[in-house]
Amino acid sequence: MVATTTTSSQASHGGVRSGRGVDTRPLIWPSVGVLLIWMIIPLALTLWFSIRNYKLDDPSITGFAGLGNYSYLLTDPSLTTALLNTLLLVGGVLIATVVFGTLFAVLFDQDFWGKGVARLLVIAPFFVMPTVAALVWKNLLMDPVNGLFAFITRSLGLGAITWFSDMPLFSIGIIVAWQWIPFATLILLTAMQSLDREQIEAARMDGAKAVSRFIHIIVPHLGRPITVVVMIETIFLLSVFAEILVTTSGGPGDASTNLTYLIYKNALLDFDVGLGSAGGVIAIVLANIVAFFLVRTVARNLDA
Amino acid sequence: MATVALKSVKKSYGDINIIQGVDLDIQDREFVVFVGPSGCGKSTLLRMIAGLEEITAGELKIDGKVVNDVPPDARGLAMVFQSYALYPHMTVANNMGFALRLAGVPKAERDAKVKDAARILQLEPLLQRKPGQLSGGQRQRVAIGRAIVRQPKVFLFDEPLSNLDAALRVQMRIEIARLHSSLAATMIYVTHDQIEAMTMADRIVVLRSGKIEQVGTPLELYHYPANVFVAGFIGSPKMNLVPVKVQSAGADGITIVLPGGGTAMIPVQSSNAAAGSAATLGVRPENVAISADGPIAGEITVVEHLGGETLVYVNVGEGPFITVKAGGDSAANVGARVRLSLKTDEANVFDTNGAAMVPKVRKPLADLEKRGH
Repeated sequence: MVATTTTSSQASHGGVRSGRGVDTRPLIWPSVGVLLIWMIIPLALTLWFSIRNYKLDDPSITGFAGLGNYSYLLTDPSLTTALLNTLLLVGGVLIATVVFGTLFAVLFDQDFWGKGVARLLVIAPFFVMPTVAALVWKNLLMDPVNGLFAFITRSLGLGAITWFSDMPLFSIGIIVAWQWIPFATLILLTAMQSLDREQIEAARMDGAKAVSRFIHIIVPHLGRPITVVVMIETIFLLSVFAEILVTTSGGPGDASTNLTYLIYKNALLDFDVGLGSAGGVIAIVLANIVAFFLVRTVARNLDA
Repeated sequence: MATVALKSVKKSYGDINIIQGVDLDIQDREFVVFVGPSGCGKSTLLRMIAGLEEITAGELKIDGKVVNDVPPDARGLAMVFQSYALYPHMTVANNMGFALRLAGVPKAERDAKVKDAARILQLEPLLQRKPGQLSGGQRQRVAIGRAIVRQPKVFLFDEPLSNLDAALRVQMRIEIARLHSSLAATMIYVTHDQIEAMTMADRIVVLRSGKIEQVGTPLELYHYPANVFVAGFIGSPKMNLVPVKVQSAGADGITIVLPGGGTAMIPVQSSNAAAGSAATLGVRPENVAISADGPIAGEITVVEHLGGETLVYVNVGEGPFITVKAGGDSAANVGARVRLSLKTDEANVFDTNGAAMVPKVRKPLADLEKRGH
């Protein structure tokens, strides 16, 4: 859904004559064409299904639904919940990854014994598949009976937390943040390494203690890489799915259903492809609105 | 008002000794230049004074107080870095006022001080720009401005001009010298460029491999280098260093055998020179002349016409070419066979260990001293 914006921006570069007077359009068209078809066919099909009556479990219902699917979906309270959950999940995980990513980047930029191994370990969660990560967290860490967290809280006499029933969205947020903090750390750590050491020394001479140096020198320096992290993560976090499917299946009720999961539920659990497609179109619109603002902010930030 | 004193200051990383015991007294309002080839430890020494590097052993005193363990910002110093190290996200005004802001100086007072410094450095029109929008020379001035605003006891400069082009470097050199006299501050300046050292310093400290080779006024170093290293490092074009043999040493001086077999008597105290031992004759290009009755014979290999003067490189058979500084109208031709004469009372002789033999008569350099305070 997000890739549509990418394609359009790539297509707008086509048809430019290069400095050597060669018409580059024929050279660019094959790849642009493939990308266009790649995007257009699923998009067109989604739009087409979204205005049809199309139920997998009842082939007798056919024909045009007009905007019926949309009006049903837009008046469905679970859509509002799903949108809110999507925003909470994206926003919360973004904040967590940026905050912890920045702290880890500063921490792992220091010289200490075993730095190489420690850096590898902090990056490692990024290489774990979402499904596996969610299973590990669900069964080994957050399980109220056998989980490590329950063991710890119980041995402190606090009783166990039933994570996925008491705070389902927050628990999923923790898992997703655990997967994405390494990415933020990696990007911000490389940015830290490009920080001019003389600037830090100049700040020291100017009387900046560690905290002021962090606020006045390091954070502004990390401004641009943080926007890059936010943009890339937003794209992926809008479509979080595996973690929800594996842990809560969107529940209890709609408490941890985001837009992606709602589409899945409508199309493949309730067998209503028309409704699912309408949800997909709404997701495309939402993603493009977000992408528009993000690209604009980031572009402005990168220009400055 | 600030003096800086170093007492057998040392710096080592593990087994490697970067600075191997430096003793130095810097007077109030003095402009001292640390000069030396790459890796001689001059920047490390400056950073130790700044507090950016720890001092392994020895004592650093500023205004008579030991400051070995005082953090950099509490030492009352300001430093201008080679890369300028301006904060890229702050305007020029904020860059210059950053230290005052951290120190909690009220905004009105801060602005006044920044304006003052900007006026001195002609930065007023640029105060609202960001460093990225400035040229190299302007950035350099902002970096100096940032130091001035803090009104430090001592200014430290770490090769501040090495990123500028040649013309701008000359201009900034003059500007820094002018600042030194108008601010009446103590300044310590690190460079590898001996011309910067000669033109700006009250005193030059020549360093090699973490040791001081010689400390003195520019002219002292120029005329009376303590050893071969200083002789070769200071002065442009370089001093001619000719390998010679001692023929005899007497009360009036030392007689040496020049390349080609000619001899010359140099008026230096030569008690420790044994006849027949090797020595090095040091003579500046301006003290060598082409003349028909000179003691050295050679062939002109290269002639460089600089307009006002001409540099003639003469191959004398053995050792390096001898450089002769002749007048701009010199008629020297490549390939011509010539004889060279020396101004023996301006020449230096270095013994086998490279140490200079003390001259019999030392010209008074006092009247040649630069700025009197």
